[in-house]
Amino acid sequence: MTEYLSPQEWQAVSLSLQVALWATLLSLPLGILVAHALARWQFPGKSLLNGVVHLPLILPPVVTGYLLLIGFGRRGPIGALLEEYCGLVLAFRWTGAVLAAAIMAFPLMVRAIRLAIEAVDPKLEAAAATLGANRLRVFATITLPLILPGILAGAVLGFAKAMGEFGATITFVSNIPGQTQTLPSAVYAFLQVPGGEGQAMRLVIVAIAISMGALLLSEWLARVVARRIGAKEG
Amino acid sequence: MLDLSLRHGFEDFTLEAAFTAPAGVTALFGHSGSGKTTIVNALAGLLRPDAGRIVLGDRVLFDSQARVFMPPHKRRIGYVFQDARLFPHLTVRQNLLYGRRFAARGGAGADMGRIVELLGIGALMERRPGALSGGEKQRVAMGRAILSDPELLLMDEPLAALDGARKGEILTYLERLRDETALPILYVSHSVAEVTRLATTLVLIEAGHVMRSGPVEAIMADPDAVPALGLREAGALLTARLAAHDADGLSRLDSEGGALWLPHVEGPIGAALRLRILAQDVMLAVERPQGISALNVLPARVLEVRQGAGPGALVQLAVGEARLLARVTGRSAKALELGPGREVYAVIKAVSVARDSIGEGR
Repeated sequence: MTEYLSPQEWQAVSLSLQVALWATLLSLPLGILVAHALARWQFPGKSLLNGVVHLPLILPPVVTGYLLLIGFGRRGPIGALLEEYCGLVLAFRWTGAVLAAAIMAFPLMVRAIRLAIEAVDPKLEAAAATLGANRLRVFATITLPLILPGILAGAVLGFAKAMGEFGATITFVSNIPGQTQTLPSAVYAFLQVPGGEGQAMRLVIVAIAISMGALLLSEWLARVVARRIGAKEG
Repeated sequence: MLDLSLRHGFEDFTLEAAFTAPAGVTALFGHSGSGKTTIVNALAGLLRPDAGRIVLGDRVLFDSQARVFMPPHKRRIGYVFQDARLFPHLTVRQNLLYGRRFAARGGAGADMGRIVELLGIGALMERRPGALSGGEKQRVAMGRAILSDPELLLMDEPLAALDGARKGEILTYLERLRDETALPILYVSHSVAEVTRLATTLVLIEAGHVMRSGPVEAIMADPDAVPALGLREAGALLTARLAAHDADGLSRLDSEGGALWLPHVEGPIGAALRLRILAQDVMLAVERPQGISALNVLPARVLEVRQGAGPGALVQLAVGEARLLARVTGRSAKALELGPGREVYAVIKAVSVARDSIGEGR
């Protein structure tokens, strides 16, 4: 692939894949937990949580990016703490791109998983409880296997969103080639220079290929899982 | 032994029930909406009642005063739901073994091979629930509940979703279960036929209250219980022993009240049977009837006559130690001067065998 792409283009593609994978993997456990809480639990502040989770979906991405900069920048309240105690710097680093992508992808992921959890009959979970399974075991042995297709769908949606994330990323971590220049940022950058259309087009084709590949993979996985959990039998 | 008393308020009615279920099969009988499912859900821990106390054996499952609420997974109550609720992503075998992995270690538990054979599900083990018929699902659900090594088996109308033929099939398995395992069973039903076939103890629930509870024979012969059971379904139970198979195809049964002849009854001589005699199938005569086609005429003594709201009256009779119910018109009751102590003859038009084996000391 390196023969077809210049080093800068290749860096943008691999950085985007890296960012999207990390963003998906890191937000998935929390996404499942939040989706479960929203679908099944009753607690004060539930609608507030729901609102916060969905905020990145409705806010302009630039606003989200700016809020991240304020909070997670090196002088921001959370960013300063992270740097002091974990040695972790997010602003203008690829790790910050992961955070921005994860936050932007989170609502989509939670929605897909929440729908899957709501489709699981709570009566099955009650039946498992009468058979001696505590809450955690009920979740691990009944709920989780039954929502696997939903988790897959959520993960793919999240991955696609993370791959394509632009506004919050460029605001929070800027557009530094080789460091924070993701695929969309690179396309944007190439379009700013005269004669960059060819480079931009090559990246556009790569983006389409990756997105289609992810979609096909997830559909195939969902079919395999559905067959394994017997959802297609009737 | 289960001891239960509960109170739970709903928007439109309040459940206030208390009863004791000894060993054997206790049937919780009541019409839809009478509160049966609320009681069993509270017992299983799926619902938290407003107040009450539930004790199973020596374990307190719920006590509102002592603030005890044992979560469902610790109660060891095998719940067979109306809608089998098998886990769709697991095979029949995995479903059966599901509860077993949480069962108390070291406990003997039920033998899987025996239960599988008892329920006739050996051929289904590798299938998934989606590929099973309704009756098969229900049998697997029973097996799953039994194999979780419970202290009590709870069955909430397990036959309600099945057609007639399947019902008969499952009832046969249930009878085997009752007779071959020592597991106490609480059986929820609104079918008198199921109750008379399975139960040893009967608890009548009406509008959230326990109307009557006690041995099934006593309640079925109680005129007061008739409105709750339904007039058509009212009828006493007699225990009888299969005495002889006659050459003309009839079988003789010796009951507490005398000999009865029925069209050929399957079974070995000496087998104990439970007979159900509907109140509307019993006629009364003040003298021994002559020249009558009915074969079964038992001498009886009137214990009580209860005039119903309509033209009918219910008569409770003593035949030996047993009780019979007869349904006659109020006019006949007057004409025959029926009253407590009156000696009569009960002409029995039809008898059905409610249960073909009542051995095993029940």
